[in-house]
Amino acid sequence: MDRRKYLKTLAVSSLGATALLQQSCEPATEKTPEGPTFTIDRTPEELAREQKLLSETFFDEHEMKTIRILSDIIIPKDEVSGSASEAKVPEFIAFIVKDMPRHQTPMRGGLKWLDIQCMKRFNADFASCTPTQQIEMVDEIAYPEKAKPELQQGVAFFNLMRDLTACGFFTSEIGIKDLGYVGNKPNQWDGVPQDVLDQYGVKYDERTLAESVKFDS
Amino acid sequence: MPDFQIKKTPKDYDVCIVGSGAGGGMAAYVLANAGIKVVLLEAGPLYDPAKNVTQMKWPWESPRRGASTPLRHFGDFDAAYGGWELDGEPYTHKDGTKFDWFRSRMLGGRTNHWGRISLRFGPKDFKRRSIDGLGDDWPIGYEDVAPYYDKIDQLIGIFGSKENLPNDPDSIFLPPPKPRLHELFIKEAGNKLSIPVIPSRLSILTKPINKERGACFFCAQCNRGCTVYGDFSSSSVLVNPALKTGNVDVIPNAMVREVNTNSEGKATGVSFVNKDDKQEYTVNAKVVVLAASACESARLLLNSKSTQFPNGLANSSGVVGKYLHDSTGADMGGILPKLVGRKRYNEDGVGGMHVYSPWWLENKKLDFPRGYHIEYYGGMGMPGYGYGFGMHNTNSQYAGRDGQKRGGGYGASLKDDYRYFYGATFGMSGRGESIAMESNYCEIDPTTVDKYGIPVLRFHYKWTDHEVKQAKHMKETFAEIIETMGGVVTWGKASAENDYGLQAPGRIIHEVGTTRMGNDPKKSVVNKHNQAHDVDNLFIVDGGPFVSQADKNPTWTILALSMRASEYIIDELKKQNI
Repeated sequence: MDRRKYLKTLAVSSLGATALLQQSCEPATEKTPEGPTFTIDRTPEELAREQKLLSETFFDEHEMKTIRILSDIIIPKDEVSGSASEAKVPEFIAFIVKDMPRHQTPMRGGLKWLDIQCMKRFNADFASCTPTQQIEMVDEIAYPEKAKPELQQGVAFFNLMRDLTACGFFTSEIGIKDLGYVGNKPNQWDGVPQDVLDQYGVKYDERTLAESVKFDS
Repeated sequence: MPDFQIKKTPKDYDVCIVGSGAGGGMAAYVLANAGIKVVLLEAGPLYDPAKNVTQMKWPWESPRRGASTPLRHFGDFDAAYGGWELDGEPYTHKDGTKFDWFRSRMLGGRTNHWGRISLRFGPKDFKRRSIDGLGDDWPIGYEDVAPYYDKIDQLIGIFGSKENLPNDPDSIFLPPPKPRLHELFIKEAGNKLSIPVIPSRLSILTKPINKERGACFFCAQCNRGCTVYGDFSSSSVLVNPALKTGNVDVIPNAMVREVNTNSEGKATGVSFVNKDDKQEYTVNAKVVVLAASACESARLLLNSKSTQFPNGLANSSGVVGKYLHDSTGADMGGILPKLVGRKRYNEDGVGGMHVYSPWWLENKKLDFPRGYHIEYYGGMGMPGYGYGFGMHNTNSQYAGRDGQKRGGGYGASLKDDYRYFYGATFGMSGRGESIAMESNYCEIDPTTVDKYGIPVLRFHYKWTDHEVKQAKHMKETFAEIIETMGGVVTWGKASAENDYGLQAPGRIIHEVGTTRMGNDPKKSVVNKHNQAHDVDNLFIVDGGPFVSQADKNPTWTILALSMRASEYIIDELKKQNI
């Protein structure tokens, strides 16, 4: 029996082998019927997981409002680039806590801790405080080594919030441009630019220059 | 008709190969090109890096910015499916010991993830017992494998530099890429400390070697799979060309249960469950080649029990599963203050380090046997999940552009810290040789099966003082290198309490030794041709036959031995010996 006939036989007796073959040969953009579209390779199991995660909601409106304010305090707009919320950092945080449930309690509990602190100090939840009051509160928990011992839970929360905000920002399109990462494109690596070598007082030795890959253009 | 029946696939083959990674892919390639009819069974789906693309994607194209998931442990952009745990496919441990088993069930297996570090074993690596009295010698020597290393260098492509080192033989090299900036500083420090820092040896095409595969375009993303096949993976370099011969049928999602035998004690083929239709199948072949990974192949043999083979197939020695060993690993990283605020340029380079350190010391002057090599990383890479984490630890030690040590903070000044410190961090990892021990093994767990009803593996593995002392030496060396570079250690400090950061066995994903090679059938599973002593038409071509690990990554040697065994199979089939 030739290979084609064999595969046909297999298709009758074991539908899956060829069915999967066809699936894997589809272009990289995978779709689910009513689900999200991805530009990266996703297995059927991954698509099912993504769809489930994207259909869930963890934070309520008040929590999202607070996250938005905090993220823009941490990464504000400046002369170089936009703010965390402009880079959709709150949306990233909303997704990542569903993807990584270990962040859920520290985030939810931390937000609540912050509201309770603000209620005691300013008789208002964090989001309802004035910008001046918000900064006054943040100043107490944003510097781990200076913070009062009784505020350490707030410090832990703010460290997590700072990490997630910065990570979400600098992995966004706005953030990568700000950072000045200029790779992820086809190129020819021909070594460290000469002005940089000069700046640090280093050079390639003759053997390295002789044996390393050279390019025509 | 009963609800349950076993179907026979309608075609018989010359050779049935189980597993499509480095060993299985190479066997399929060599056998198919010799006109032999091959069926290649793979426990996972088909995969082609040109079609299943994650290369050249931006972090925001993953909703988790490339973070690890339970379905892709090395992150959303990594080519390798699976990881340390697979849903419905458990493994267990004995006596509270540890072994982490990485499995990637997909065409190409774990060649979809690995770092393309392609080191030949040296002459000493085949004869370690003769040198230090530990473990065992291989029944073959460097001179037996060298011609196959040569062929593989040319077939697959590898860059590096000619160094004439006694135990790190040169390959037939393509030119290496120039070092990056932090790698120049590492080289400088190495010179001062008499630690060799030489061009890395990676199976990446810095020049094209044929029309089917493109040259590297320096995106630093080999772990994502290469759309132009500019690096080595089994699917793109071996299985696809093997398929083009018309002599290979691939059956994906075929989870092999056992090797079947006849009354003469010969292997007749394998039984498998098709994961898609959940039906049971058998496929017949004159020769069976196992390449399912060292542990999975051992599992298959141990599960292939019969009245003739009560201890499992090819296991009259009782050695199957024993002498399991992985590379040692320890890591450390730091910050190089002179690199803060550095000028931006594209320094992606190839997917991995441009320089590395081969083992350089004499064991006579040390308190541990064998050695390790050092891998380096750092620089201005593409940010992904985890970028910027722990800034409060960095900016408490170092001042930002404004001269202030913030120690956390927020706002425009903090935002600038991320820019300022970007590209100033680096790290290094030691990967060393452990001693193969009979007391480190995998066996069948008597009480546990996976979701296909196949009995699972139970591991028993303990590091000894040898490995712990090696890790201690690694950490001391790393700290010395970092200090000599003018850097400061920021992570990876370790002490006796945590075995000097020695990683758990299995974590380096260099599992070998479970079906070891030898001349004595009482002490080994396969002979020097990777042929089972007990079953002459059964071969094992993954890392299982390794007698010892060497301080090298195993893939190049798996490939060479698989090619060598495949040529032997061709010969034996021609002579009608099997």
